[in-house]
Amino acid sequence: MFVELNNLLNTTPDRAEQGKLTLLCDAKTDGSFLVHHFLSFYLKANCKVCFVALFQSFSHYNIVGQKLGVNLTVARERGQLVFLEGLKSAVDVFFQTQEEPHPLQFLREANAGNLKPLFEFVREALKPVDGGEARWTYPVLLVDDLSVLLSLGVGAVAVLDFIHYCRATVCWELKGNMVILVHDSGDVEDEENDILLNGVSHQSHLILRAEGLATGFCRDVHGQLRILWRRPSQPTAQRDQSLTYQYKIQDKSVSFFAKGMSPAVL
Amino acid sequence: MLDSLLSLGGLVLLRDSVEWEGRSLLKALVKKSALWLVYHDFFRDPLNWSKTEEALPGGPLGALRAICKRTDPGPVTIALDSLSWLLLHLPCTTLCQALHAVSHQDSCPGDSSPVGKVSVLGLLHEELHGPGPVGALSSLAQTEVTLGGTKGQASAHILCRRPRQRPTDQTQWFSILPDFSLDLQEGPSVESQPCSDPHIPPVDPTTHLTFNLHLSKKEREARDSLILPFQFSSEKQQALLRPRPGQATSHIFYEPDAYDDLDQEDPDDDLDI
Repeated sequence: MFVELNNLLNTTPDRAEQGKLTLLCDAKTDGSFLVHHFLSFYLKANCKVCFVALFQSFSHYNIVGQKLGVNLTVARERGQLVFLEGLKSAVDVFFQTQEEPHPLQFLREANAGNLKPLFEFVREALKPVDGGEARWTYPVLLVDDLSVLLSLGVGAVAVLDFIHYCRATVCWELKGNMVILVHDSGDVEDEENDILLNGVSHQSHLILRAEGLATGFCRDVHGQLRILWRRPSQPTAQRDQSLTYQYKIQDKSVSFFAKGMSPAVL
Repeated sequence: MLDSLLSLGGLVLLRDSVEWEGRSLLKALVKKSALWLVYHDFFRDPLNWSKTEEALPGGPLGALRAICKRTDPGPVTIALDSLSWLLLHLPCTTLCQALHAVSHQDSCPGDSSPVGKVSVLGLLHEELHGPGPVGALSSLAQTEVTLGGTKGQASAHILCRRPRQRPTDQTQWFSILPDFSLDLQEGPSVESQPCSDPHIPPVDPTTHLTFNLHLSKKEREARDSLILPFQFSSEKQQALLRPRPGQATSHIFYEPDAYDDLDQEDPDDDLDI
């Protein structure tokens, strides 16, 4: 969890808003530091987290998580974290016989239909446990990342339907939060990815967009972060709707500063 | 004009974007016009994944077509949130035909009972669709409202096409109050545009430097009174017009020494003739 990012978003683990969908998007740079931030943020907020990790392995997230002060192995053992390791489960679809449909069942189908089995997995993972007292504050769904599903052959509309159903269940019914990462293809003409990105943008309450600098690689400024709050325009705008900051990623933290105000430049 | 959009009837297209969302305006317009609200909930299970009996047959399109068959004489407003969802899941032609059938119900021949005016208010997310479907819906619409704005202030550009009249357009600045009532405004107010970013205090870049960039009073005066060398001032003009006799061109005094042989035809002494 990066404290400076919490300050920019005006939130802390104890008083985060519920029922919100946050979209993380990266263009010409790697936005995965935002995924690590939100993973450690919600684990520290004592939430039940369902992480659909399609991009990296469990050990990768665990190593980075330990630098940020959370232990994913412990969280998984005590039931706080439900981790779907896409890289490992994809192989299980082919080599293990299972009665109920596997979350990544669409890999077996000739033309990938819908993501209903994946949604059922998420719903099952986050549904409140009956009988016991509430151990966790609220459920959170984290997806890294959605563009991988497009590469695996699922249509953009099917992925949007999956997000819609997750939003209806997680955000509306269970009053939890969702954090989704989608890559922006940028210059490359990718219509399906654009439909996916715009479709999720219209469903989200907060958009964090990490962009590479227009001038290229820099040692002291790794990129630019655009924060966009999507809310109805109010007569007295208490907060700005959109903010832009530049950032530098260090070993255990990320420092943010206004454009052109990097300490290395001044 | 924004508050009287629905009185014209027909299809009203509300076009929004990621930066300027239109759902709150849709809710505000519904709130303004609705006396009796019937809510069809397709949010929780639009594709009937939970396979319950309470789902309406035919999904959202079936519900839309069922509205066509109503016989209620009063005026009706149908709000669709959103048309983009329908456009992504249905062929464009099917949706256009359904919308045309619903919004032109009052001019249907052969109906025994007179049917009241029907307005269809649809929310469309512009970036999700290509120019073809958006153009098709736009041509069906009697009124198009495109959302935009500048710093924190939203505006609606309203294009109204009335039959046998020239299309009219106007821009209306507005905001939505927390109880979803519409607040029309004159224009972007001056106070809402902050002159400096409130999050970052103004930083003086000359404070932490190892060299001195400041000027003392004497230095500042000297700098201000300096005449630039290539500036054409009146003194320079006088000097050029009156060449001073004492100032001759410069002379070079040269004393050749013993080894110098000033041969004009071979000054470098390297021709081997």
